[in-house]
Amino acid sequence: MTLGVVMLVHAALGRAEQAIRHWADAGCPVVVHVDLNVGRAAYDGFVAALSDLKDVSFSQRFRCEWGMWGLIAASQAASTQLLAQFRDLRHVYLASGACLPLRPVTELRAYLDARPDTDFIESVTTSDVPWTIGGLDSERFTLRFPFSWKRQRRLFDGFVQLQRLLGSKRRVPEGIVPHLGSQWWCLTRQTLTAILQDPRRPAFDAYFRRVWIPDECYYQTLARRHARRIESRSLTLAKFDYQGKPHIFYDDHAALLARSGCFVARKIWPKADRLYARFPARSPGFDAQNDPNPSRIDRIFAQAVDRRTNGRPGLYMQSRFPFMDRENGFTAAQYSVLQGFDDVIPGFADWLTRQTGVVVHGHLFAPDKAYFVGGAVVYRGGLSDQARLRDYNSKMFLTNLIWNGRDQHQCFQFGPADNQQIRWMLTKDVQASVWVVTGAWALSLFRSGRSASDVRAEAARLQQVENKLLSTLRSPDARSRRRIITLADFLEEPVEVLQSILDDMAGHRAVALTQLPDMVDLTGFAQFLQDLKNQGMHAYLPGDFSVGHPPKISRPRLHKPYVIGGK
Amino acid sequence: MRWKRRRFLYRVWRKRRQITLLHDRTRQIDATMVLCFATVRNEMARLPFFLDYYRMLGVGHFLIVDNASDDGTTDFLAGQPDVSLWTTPHSYRLSRFGMDWLGWLLWQYGHGHWCLTVDADELLTYPHADSRSLTDLTQHLDQQGVASFGAIMLEMYPKGPIAQVHHDPGTDPLQSLCWFDAANYRERVHPVYQNLWVQGGVRDRVFFADQPQRAPTLSKVPLVRWQWRHVYVSSTHQMLPRRLNHVFDRQHDQRVTGVLLHTKFLPDIMPKSAEEISRRQHFENSDLYTAYHQTLAKGPDLWCDTSCRYKGWAQLTALGLMSRGDWV
Repeated sequence: MTLGVVMLVHAALGRAEQAIRHWADAGCPVVVHVDLNVGRAAYDGFVAALSDLKDVSFSQRFRCEWGMWGLIAASQAASTQLLAQFRDLRHVYLASGACLPLRPVTELRAYLDARPDTDFIESVTTSDVPWTIGGLDSERFTLRFPFSWKRQRRLFDGFVQLQRLLGSKRRVPEGIVPHLGSQWWCLTRQTLTAILQDPRRPAFDAYFRRVWIPDECYYQTLARRHARRIESRSLTLAKFDYQGKPHIFYDDHAALLARSGCFVARKIWPKADRLYARFPARSPGFDAQNDPNPSRIDRIFAQAVDRRTNGRPGLYMQSRFPFMDRENGFTAAQYSVLQGFDDVIPGFADWLTRQTGVVVHGHLFAPDKAYFVGGAVVYRGGLSDQARLRDYNSKMFLTNLIWNGRDQHQCFQFGPADNQQIRWMLTKDVQASVWVVTGAWALSLFRSGRSASDVRAEAARLQQVENKLLSTLRSPDARSRRRIITLADFLEEPVEVLQSILDDMAGHRAVALTQLPDMVDLTGFAQFLQDLKNQGMHAYLPGDFSVGHPPKISRPRLHKPYVIGGK
Repeated sequence: MRWKRRRFLYRVWRKRRQITLLHDRTRQIDATMVLCFATVRNEMARLPFFLDYYRMLGVGHFLIVDNASDDGTTDFLAGQPDVSLWTTPHSYRLSRFGMDWLGWLLWQYGHGHWCLTVDADELLTYPHADSRSLTDLTQHLDQQGVASFGAIMLEMYPKGPIAQVHHDPGTDPLQSLCWFDAANYRERVHPVYQNLWVQGGVRDRVFFADQPQRAPTLSKVPLVRWQWRHVYVSSTHQMLPRRLNHVFDRQHDQRVTGVLLHTKFLPDIMPKSAEEISRRQHFENSDLYTAYHQTLAKGPDLWCDTSCRYKGWAQLTALGLMSRGDWV
C-alpha cells in the first residue's frame, strides 16, 4: 500500500464508481470528494453503492466551481484525510471521476517504486512560458478574482478592467514564485505533507483564494517550495482546447490512447463504453518502467489546434468564412495569370504545357464562357463553364478553382476583353503571379484584318480597361508578384521574359529556353498603330513602334552565367 | 428584428389550429432527448429508412406533421412507437412550407431540448458520425456554449438518368444516390439575417446556370437548442434571433459543422415534379421553378465526370464541406 488516490467527483457517478472500484481493487486506498452541487439523494446512493469497499472513504464536501477556490479546498481536505488514515503511503495521486486508467495500477506502482522521491507535477513559470489559455497569464497572480468566470462573466470582466484602470496590484507572498501547470498531479507524502502543514499556509491560502483558476497554480507553486525532486509533467494525459476547456476522449480515440503509454487519461466521455471495456490494458510494447509517450496524441491535437486557429488557407466553407482582405493569401496555392501572351504567340497554351507541364487554362473569364484546360465543360469539383454562374461570384469561382486543383500549378489567360471583377483579387493575393504584356490586344485587332477606323472604338475600350487593370496592379496595396512590360519591350527580348515565367512556374525544374515559340507576323503592325493614331485614338500601351522600322525579334542567345571565378 | 420575430411567432400561434393531433406519444419525451421535427407528404419511399437512420444517431422522439399523404404514410407513422403524429389538409405553401406548423410544435415541445428539424429527404451526417451519437454532439456544443449547429445540404444524385435508378422503398437511398459535386459552392453573408448563404452544387450547375441568384440556398441550421422564443424564418435556412445563424467563424475554424445528405433525386421525383407543377405548393417564386420541375419530371442525368463518389464523413471533412472544428 504505497499509492493512495484522492478522487474529485462531480458528475457521471456511475463512471466514477467504476473508476473507484478499479483503484480499490488494485489495493489503493481512495478518499472521494463529491461536489456539494450533487444532490443529497444522489450522494447517499453513491455512498451506499461503495459501502462494501473498506479502504474507500468520503471527505468533507465543498461546492466546486471551475476556476474557483472550492477545488483546492476539496483536494486539501481529502488529502489530509488520506494521509492521516494511511500512514504508509508514499505517493498520492489526484484523479477525477472522469479519469480512466489506461495501464494497470501495478505498472503505475512499479513505476513510482522506482522513483520514490519524485513528485510528478507539471510546473512552469509564467514569465518563461506564454500560458495564453483564457487570455490572462501573469495577471492572474496580480489581480483579484472574486467573481465566477462562468456565472458572472460581466462582473468578472468589469472587475478585471477596473483593476487594470486603477492599476491595483497584489503582492505575491514572499518565498514563492508563481508556477502553472496541469491540475492533475502525483505528489510524494513528504511534499504533500509539507504543503498542507506549512506554518505559512493561512497566508498562502488567503492569497490563492483570490487568484484565478487556483487549481492550476496552488500545488504547482507550493511544490516548488518543498519538493526534493520535481519531474515537471503530469502522469495524467489531458488535452485542452484554446479556451482551456478539456478535450473529451471518445471511443474512436482508443488506438491513440493505447499507444500513448500514459497511466491515466481524462476527460473520458461517460458513454464511451468501448474505452471503459478496453482499458486498463497491459500494452504489449510496454513494461512497467516505460515512460509515458503522449507525443503522438500531442501531435494530433496540435494539428487540430493549428487548423482551428489558422484554418485551411484558401478554403471558404460553412464553418469558416474569413474576411478576404484580412487573409494572408486568398487562395490555396500559387497560380499564374498571363495577359497578352496568347495575342503574341498563337498556340501559347500548348507551348507552355509542353515546356512546364503545369495546367494551362484558356481565358477563364471570357465573356461567353470559362475556357477550362482541354475544353472541359465541367472542371474539377463540378465547376461549371457557364459565364453567368461564374460572374455571379467570380472571386469564389477562382478560389474554388485553385482549391480544387491545388495539387498542381494552375495558370490561365486573361485580357481586357474578359470580365474584370477579379482585378483587385489578382492585385492583393500573395499567391498570384501576374504577367502582363501591355497593348497586346492591339495585335489581335490588327490580325483581325479590319481597318483601323472599324476597330477604333473597340481599341479605345480595351485600352481603357487594360489601363484600369494596370493602375490597380500598381496600387500600394498590391501584394501579388507582378511583371508588367510593354509589347514593344517584350518583342525586344522575349526569351528573357518567357524564361522568367518558366522559372517562376517550374522552379528549379525549368529548362533553359533554346528555341522561341512561333510568334505572329508583325509586318504592317506599326502602320496599323499609326492609322489608329490618325483616327484620333492614340494606342500608347503597346509602346513605341515606329513606321519603317519593323520590330526585330531577337533570337535566343546562349546564357552565360555570371559567376565569380574561383581564381 | 425583435418585432419581426414577434410577428413570426404571432403567425405561428395563429395557425396552431391548422394541425390536428392523431397520435400523442409526447409523454415519452424526457429532458435530455434530442427531438426530431418534420413535415412529410407521401414519403413512404424514404420514411422507414429515415426513422431508422435517426434512431441510430440517437434521436429520442419524432414529432411529425403529415400534410395530406395518400400513399400510406399516415398509417405507417401511426404504427411507430416513438412518433407523435399530427395531420393537416391545409396549404403547405401558405404555412411557410410547413414552418408555421412545426413552429408551433417546436414552441410547445421543443423548449429546452436540442431540436433537429429536417425534411424526410435529408440525412444528417457530422464528424465522427459512425462512432459518436447526436447526444455526444449536443453535449459538446453545450460545453462550447453554442446553441445552434450548421449544416449544408449536399445534393446526392445517381450515375445515369434518374429515370433508370432502381430503389426499393424503405432501403438506404444512398445506395443508388452516391455522387455529389465536391467544390462548386459559393458563400456570402446574408445582408439581413447574417447567416452564411451558401449556393451551388448540382442543381445550380444543371438547372440554374442562367439565374444563379435564384439557385436554392444550401445552408441550414437544422439542430438548435430550442427556446420557445426562437423562430425559423425561411425553411431552416435562417433563424431569429440572428445569433443562432452565426454557425460559422470569420477567423478560425473551430465550429463543428455537418452535412445534410439530400436524397431528393430518387425516381419518385418525377411524378412529384409533375404534381408540383399543378399543385404549385413549393418554394417561393413557383413560376420560376416550373421549368426546373418540367426538366426533373423527365428524369435527367445529373452525373458528370468530375462528380465525386460518397465515402463517408471523413471524406466530407477532407474535402472541406464540413469541419470537425475543435471536436477532435
